[in-house]
Amino acid sequence: MKTRIAMRWAAALVVLIALPAVLSSYQVGLLTKMLIFGIFAMSLDLLLGYAGLPSLGHAAYFGVAAYTVGLLSLRVANNFWIDFPAGLAVATGVSALFGLFALRARGSYFLMITLALGQVLWGIAFGWRSLTGGDDGLPSVPRPRLPLPWPLTDGGPFYYFVLAFFVISILALSVIVRSPFGRALVGIRESERRMEVLGYDVWRYKYVAFVLAGLFAGVAGNLFVYFNGFVSPSYLNIVFSAAALLMVILGGAGTLVGPALGAAVIVFLENMISAYMERWVLVLGVIYVLVTLFAPSGLVGLVRQRLGSHPA
Amino acid sequence: MMALQVEQLSHSFGGLLALSDVNLAVAPGERLAIIGPNGAGKTTLFNIVTGIFRPSAGRIRLLGQDVTRLPPHRRAQLGLARTFQITTLFPRLTVLDSVLLAVQGLDPVRFTLHRPREAYGHLRERAESLLAEWGLADRCHAVTGRLSYGEQRQVELILALAGAPKVLLLDEPTAGLSPAETASVAEMIRRFSRDTTILLIEHDMDVALELVDRVTVLFQGRVLAEGSKEKIRSDPEVAAIYLGTDDA
Repeated sequence: MKTRIAMRWAAALVVLIALPAVLSSYQVGLLTKMLIFGIFAMSLDLLLGYAGLPSLGHAAYFGVAAYTVGLLSLRVANNFWIDFPAGLAVATGVSALFGLFALRARGSYFLMITLALGQVLWGIAFGWRSLTGGDDGLPSVPRPRLPLPWPLTDGGPFYYFVLAFFVISILALSVIVRSPFGRALVGIRESERRMEVLGYDVWRYKYVAFVLAGLFAGVAGNLFVYFNGFVSPSYLNIVFSAAALLMVILGGAGTLVGPALGAAVIVFLENMISAYMERWVLVLGVIYVLVTLFAPSGLVGLVRQRLGSHPA
Repeated sequence: MMALQVEQLSHSFGGLLALSDVNLAVAPGERLAIIGPNGAGKTTLFNIVTGIFRPSAGRIRLLGQDVTRLPPHRRAQLGLARTFQITTLFPRLTVLDSVLLAVQGLDPVRFTLHRPREAYGHLRERAESLLAEWGLADRCHAVTGRLSYGEQRQVELILALAGAPKVLLLDEPTAGLSPAETASVAEMIRRFSRDTTILLIEHDMDVALELVDRVTVLFQGRVLAEGSKEKIRSDPEVAAIYLGTDDA
C-alpha cells in the first residue's frame, strides 16, 4: 500500500518533469502558473480543510510577499538570497499579526475579519502611491539571478525552479498534516470543545496553523511576482482570496492533492475563458454554485466515490 | 487532600441564577452522584469544574490546586476528564483516530509537526489496548458517526479514560440508551479503576444509586441534600422533588 502511494507520487513527479518537453513555451508558462497557485491553494487548505478556518483574506500574505520581493528587487538589490527570505518573513509576520485578531472569532465572523484585514492591505497598496505605485503597481520586477547553468529568464528553467518549490511545499505540508499537530487540527475542525477537555490548547494550534498558512502563501506570492515580473493591488484583492477558496473547495478541502488540482483547473479555465469574455468572476461564481450542489467534497471526493473508499 | 473541592460556587446567566453557593468535596477514589431535576444546575456545575464557564463567584480546587482561573486544557493536563451529555465526538473520524487524538492530548508529542504520527508507535499501542480493553477493537476502523448510539457512548467513555484521569466527570452517560445499552454502559463504569474519582450526573436514580458511594441532590441551583444512598432514598424532600417535578 505504502509503496503504491509512493509509486504514484513518483509517477506524477516524472510527468511534471517531462511535460515541458512536449509543451509549447506558452503552455509551460500556464503550467508554471498552475504550480504557483497550487502552493497558494494548499496553504489555504491547511486552514480551511484541516483546521476548519474559512479565511477570505488569504491573498494578504500572498500579496505582501509579492510586494516585498518586488520592492526589494527593484529599489534595493536583486539578490535572491535576501529578497526571497524577506518576502517569506513579511508574509509570516503579517499572518502572525493578523492571526491575533482573526482567531478571536469563529465561523463566519472569522471569515469577515480575515476579509476586512485583507482589504486593509489592499487599501494601503492602492493608496500609498509613492511606495507601491498605487493602481499601476510595480512593473518590470526582474527574475532572480542564480548561479545556475540556465538563466531563469527563460520559461523552461523557471518552470523547474517553481517545480522545486512546489515539491518542497507539498512534502513539507504532507508531513505537517500527518503529524500529531496536523491530526489535532482535524480534531479541532471536528469538535473544538472536545479537544479542549482532552488537553489541547486549541488557540495555539489554530494560531500556528494560521502562521504556517501565511508562510506558504508567501512562497506562492514570491514565485508569482518573479513569474509575472509585476505586482499590483489586485494581488491583495478579495477576488484573489475568493479564487483561492474556490480552488480548495473545487479540488477537495482536507486533502493536499485536491487544492493543487483545483488550482490547475481554475487557472486553466481562467486562461481559456478570459480570452472570450470579460466576466471571469461571474464564471467563478457559477463554478462555486455547481461544486457546492453536485460535488461538495470536490474533485477528489468524486474520484474517491468512484473508487468506493471512504474519506480519511 | 480532596480530589475535588467546590467552594461557595455561584453562577448566573444574565439575571438567571443557575448555581447558588454550592459546596462539594469529593475524596480521592470516591464515587459521587449528582442528581436533581432538569434545570437544577448539574451540567452548569460540570462546565464550571472543567473550565468551559468561569464562575460568577467561588473557587474550584482540583487535587489541592486552585484551578478556578485555568483554561480547560490545563485542567485536563492536571488529570481532569469528562464526558458530554450531547455527543460531541469526532463524527467523521474513525474510532481509532478519535482514540488516538485522546491519547495524544496528554502526550509530550502532541505539538510535534515535523514527523508523521505513525512515527510514534506508543500512541497507537495505547489506543489499541484501550479499544481492546473496552471491547471495541473490532470497530476501530468504523467511522464514529456511523456507530450505534450505544457504541458512541462507549467511545465517549473511552476518550475520557484515555489520559488515565484522576477525576472523571460523567454527564448522563446512559441518557437516551435502551435498557440493554444502559446495562452495558453501567457495567463499563463499574469496571473503571477505583483510583479514579468519579462524579456522575444521572437522571435515572436507580442507575445512579447503584454506581456510587454517596449522593448530592441539586435543586434550583442549590444543594438540597447530601449523604449516603440510604439517607437520600429515605429523604422526604428528595422524594417530593422526584415525584413532583421529574418528567422521566
